[in-house]
Amino acid sequence: MITLDTVSVSFGGFRALTDVAEQVGSGEWVGIIGANGAGKTTLLRAVAGLVGHGGEILVDGTAVSSSPPKRLARLVAYVPQQPELPPDMTVGHYVLLGRTPHIGYFASETSEDRRICAELLDSLDLAAMAPRRLATLSGGELQRLVLARALAQQAPVVLLDEPTSALDLGRRVEALELVDALRRERGLTVLSALHDLTLAGQFADRLMLLADGRVVATGKPDEVLTEDSLTQYFGTSVRVMRSEDGDLVVVPQRAR
Amino acid sequence: MSTTLPDQRAAPVPSPPAVIGPGPTLHRVSARRPIVVALGALVGAVLLGVSMGPADVSFSATLRVLVAHIPLLHFHSGVSRIDSNILWQIRLPRVVLGGLVGAMLAGGGAAFQGVFRNPLADPYLLGVAAGAGLGATAVIVAGPHLSELLPLAAFAGAVGAVTLTYLIGATVGRQGATASIVLAGVAVAALLTAIQTFLQQQHAQDLQAVYGWILGSLTVATWSDVVLILPYVAVSAVVLLAHRRLLDVLRVGEDEADSLGVRSSRVRITVVAAATLGTAAAVAVSGLIGFVGIIVPHTVRLTTNASYRVVVPVSMIGGAAFLILADVAARTVLAPSEIPIGVVTAFVGAPFFLFVLRSRRVGRST
Repeated sequence: MITLDTVSVSFGGFRALTDVAEQVGSGEWVGIIGANGAGKTTLLRAVAGLVGHGGEILVDGTAVSSSPPKRLARLVAYVPQQPELPPDMTVGHYVLLGRTPHIGYFASETSEDRRICAELLDSLDLAAMAPRRLATLSGGELQRLVLARALAQQAPVVLLDEPTSALDLGRRVEALELVDALRRERGLTVLSALHDLTLAGQFADRLMLLADGRVVATGKPDEVLTEDSLTQYFGTSVRVMRSEDGDLVVVPQRAR
Repeated sequence: MSTTLPDQRAAPVPSPPAVIGPGPTLHRVSARRPIVVALGALVGAVLLGVSMGPADVSFSATLRVLVAHIPLLHFHSGVSRIDSNILWQIRLPRVVLGGLVGAMLAGGGAAFQGVFRNPLADPYLLGVAAGAGLGATAVIVAGPHLSELLPLAAFAGAVGAVTLTYLIGATVGRQGATASIVLAGVAVAALLTAIQTFLQQQHAQDLQAVYGWILGSLTVATWSDVVLILPYVAVSAVVLLAHRRLLDVLRVGEDEADSLGVRSSRVRITVVAAATLGTAAAVAVSGLIGFVGIIVPHTVRLTTNASYRVVVPVSMIGGAAFLILADVAARTVLAPSEIPIGVVTAFVGAPFFLFVLRSRRVGRST
């Protein structure tokens, strides 16, 4: 569904990504991990067409660099780490923004657009909040709302930048479970930056470890989450253990 | 017919979906009610504007003159020609011009606040006022024989200043970055204002004329002024109204708007160009009337659902009503002398805005 072929991104003289190559299959969830500044966000922004890139990125066979923005927005939905949430916009109106790629330049939403958004709010347990202003929602509710807006694009690929960073522990698991359920239900392909390595190992099908803009490891979680490489690329001592259920647990160690 | 009736009663058609209950849907983003309210205010303002003045023309005579000018109606007002001319040649053009200028300043303010996502943005943000001020001052100090050129010079100064701002902003900053454009606007405005102040000081005898223009006035409004600015205001208003949904998309920021398939920098430059053209035309005939571009859109925002689909059209109608009323106050409070209309908009508008802001806050905290 997503093909990355020797993808590079430079900002002025700074190379943020170098020769990234990867294939993401349809319906797959690939997690991008790496230290701060490793290039996780830049990679997602490149796939979303928000930064220019060298090499080639194909989404469902369409080249990102030459695709008209509207067409790309029907293929790829992007949720930034800190979405802009206008405090006095209503919930219903915010979700409708997700229909933008399907609406003509001067046109407005059809009843079909409104029905799609209402169903999404309903399925994400937000239906009763439609008339409320964003300022009145909790962090967990906002996270679901932002997902609802992304899903309203009806794009087969969803890019999530650290979708859980603003949430407490319980809401984090809840949010990732929701993404997983939606992915299975709608056959979505998910590419997401994840900073909680334990949760990354539990939810993603495969992981991609970035360091200094290069892919240094890729594969199943237990192939990527090794003590040696994490210690090397995160710059701190890390223990990787197995819980009783067989899940990987990544524990940072204090230097003694 | 009669044979099918009993059949229908015996076997009723299956319940239509509406009876079972429609699926969930969202309400349309509707501006109908605020528009109706604003239009009501506008009609009231226009009637007040044409019926108030030093000449004593009765309200019914005013109405009859207005009706008599509706084409194809062949209604004869029976009002004396002098009174009829006062209404049709003096008061009405002034009211219409005030309405156009008010609509443009308020609509332009709403649009600028949208594209720059800055609540303090007004249509003068990128140098319109400074450029128009310089153009007008140059013509005034050059002598009275050029006074015909004043609107043109103000218009050219305004458009030139914003063009300069955009060119500088685009070269110093990342392509289309709003912060560098706004900063360039501050620099351009400071530079042009410095030149304007210098010119003004060098020609102290024209100080009053320059100052009077800067404070804004609709005193010498004629139908030819209306005809002069109407095309610019109309084009500008159509473009701004056409972009009202996209202004809502821009509220989530450039990045997210782009990821939704909107070319946000193109939308921004289109809206800024349209708002600048209309504002420059308005300023050219009315001078620099302040506060309208900030107070009116925010009042609309605070009293409605804040969507640009409501804010843009309602600001235009409300801005027209507001400026017509401000002009009525400007010419009646100290009659027969006039207060500059910019003084009235600030004096009336600022406390009213604070009142709306406060009542809205109180209402929200409960």
